[in-house]
Amino acid sequence: MPTSTVFTLIRQLVTKKATNKFPVTYAPDNMHAAAAEIQKGRLKINPPVELPPNFRGKLAYDVDACIGCKICLKVCPSEALVFKPEEKKIKHYVSRCTFCSQCVDVCPKDCLKMSDEFLIAGLDKYGKDMVLNP
Amino acid sequence: MSDKNTYQVPIGPIHPAFKEPFMVNFVLDGETIVDAEAHPGMNHRGVEFMGMHRNPLKVIPLAERICGICSIVHQHMFTTATEHAAGIEPTERARYIRTILAELERIHSHVLWAGVAAHEIGFDTHLHFTWKVRERVMDLLEYITGNRVNYAMWTIGGVNRDITKKMYPKIEDTLLYYESLYGKLEDIFLGDTSIRLRTRNVGILTEEDALRLCGVGPTVRASGVRKDVRIDQPYAAYGDLDLDYVIPSSFGYENTGDVFSKTLVRLKEIPQSIDLIRQCVDGMPDGDIDSEPRKAVLINKLKKADGEGIGRIEAPRGEAFHYVRLEGGMEEVANWKVRASTYNNLTTYRPMFMGEQIADIPIIAACIDPCIGCMDRAEVVDVRSGERKHFSHEELHRLSVEKTKMLLGGLP
Repeated sequence: MPTSTVFTLIRQLVTKKATNKFPVTYAPDNMHAAAAEIQKGRLKINPPVELPPNFRGKLAYDVDACIGCKICLKVCPSEALVFKPEEKKIKHYVSRCTFCSQCVDVCPKDCLKMSDEFLIAGLDKYGKDMVLNP
Repeated sequence: MSDKNTYQVPIGPIHPAFKEPFMVNFVLDGETIVDAEAHPGMNHRGVEFMGMHRNPLKVIPLAERICGICSIVHQHMFTTATEHAAGIEPTERARYIRTILAELERIHSHVLWAGVAAHEIGFDTHLHFTWKVRERVMDLLEYITGNRVNYAMWTIGGVNRDITKKMYPKIEDTLLYYESLYGKLEDIFLGDTSIRLRTRNVGILTEEDALRLCGVGPTVRASGVRKDVRIDQPYAAYGDLDLDYVIPSSFGYENTGDVFSKTLVRLKEIPQSIDLIRQCVDGMPDGDIDSEPRKAVLINKLKKADGEGIGRIEAPRGEAFHYVRLEGGMEEVANWKVRASTYNNLTTYRPMFMGEQIADIPIIAACIDPCIGCMDRAEVVDVRSGERKHFSHEELHRLSVEKTKMLLGGLP
């Protein structure tokens, strides 16, 4: 029956989806087994959506370029940046970061940068990758 | 409503099961509401107190986290108020960029609201449809600002990032998408008989009540009150733009002030926002995006500043207000007060609820687009027996869906 619903359904088969594809075509029976398969490289998953050009991800910190001027501490809203007086460098807690990018704008030596990395969820907020320059 | 005793498990006002903490007491005569009393104040987070221990630049990311949907509104108001207090003028280009972003947020807020309203009366297909189309404007905001919800775009005296010529085609694409879609949205929300049955002559707010209770935004414009901060007291670039009050009588409808009129006003504001963004993109002036690019100098300037300032913004939900006081020699904000639009609109609940049925509670509660969400918990007092009963949000939603089915002639 050529109703508008039928046309809409046919159109949906060919048009690009508005949202991201699911990681895998069919829901796996066992999530842990599927995750293990992915790690071994046997199961391919759909990549996440493309990032916009100005995406604000995890902070990247160039320790050598830093002169320890402490201006970034003055604009950080969540105290994610902590000064280390003995080294005259900063320490960054990723879990506290609000990704406002004010420290990047303010840095006179451009040693802070917003990277594209966004897969930063974890169980240990003081873990290996969660504190920069520990 | 059985005579059996029921257990009352105290869940909420703050609980992950609820959307937002809020409470309204209803007095019922059978199915009819004879009195309603709103109890706000369950969501006190001490944001203002936190703001008073930080310098203004640190408050901006905090202010945008007051609300997830109006994040632009709150940072816009805070920066406007601080600029007013410190005597800093934002640059001309920054004013235009701010206007574009504020209007994009209005589109996203109104489309989101349309979905919530459809959900409250049992049309979940429309909820999924509107929230799907909303993704396009969220993507555009992410493309411009670098983040999907918390944009961190505002700074004192300007904006942090520029809208370059390279971005114009993508903005125009999104605007064209919403223009092509608008007819469908209007078909669904204004043309559909079943939605009309649930929204026409429900939750009426008369013009006198709207004026007397100081309601703001689409809630009172639906009653025919000409009230819009963008026109009454232009801020950002609105003074240069051509816009008019969106009231139902401009489109050949009556200014009834019912839920239908409120839907109409919100939907008609989408093409207006599209038009305003086009005007801004066309007339975007050249120049700096920031009046003081060196933040350290700006902090010192704000430290010396002494004075008080206000920021009034027409948020998607209506006028909202920030007050900021800065004291000379003090780096922190001395005083900060936030008044969001829902606070004004809550007072309009009482006349709107009077004489309506329990099943209409969700849609009337949603029609002011409350920032504290639709009702998480409602207490009902039966006048005849004096019995008190608690309705959960899920139960109210079920009653509302049943009423729609009954009106459509299906099984109750």
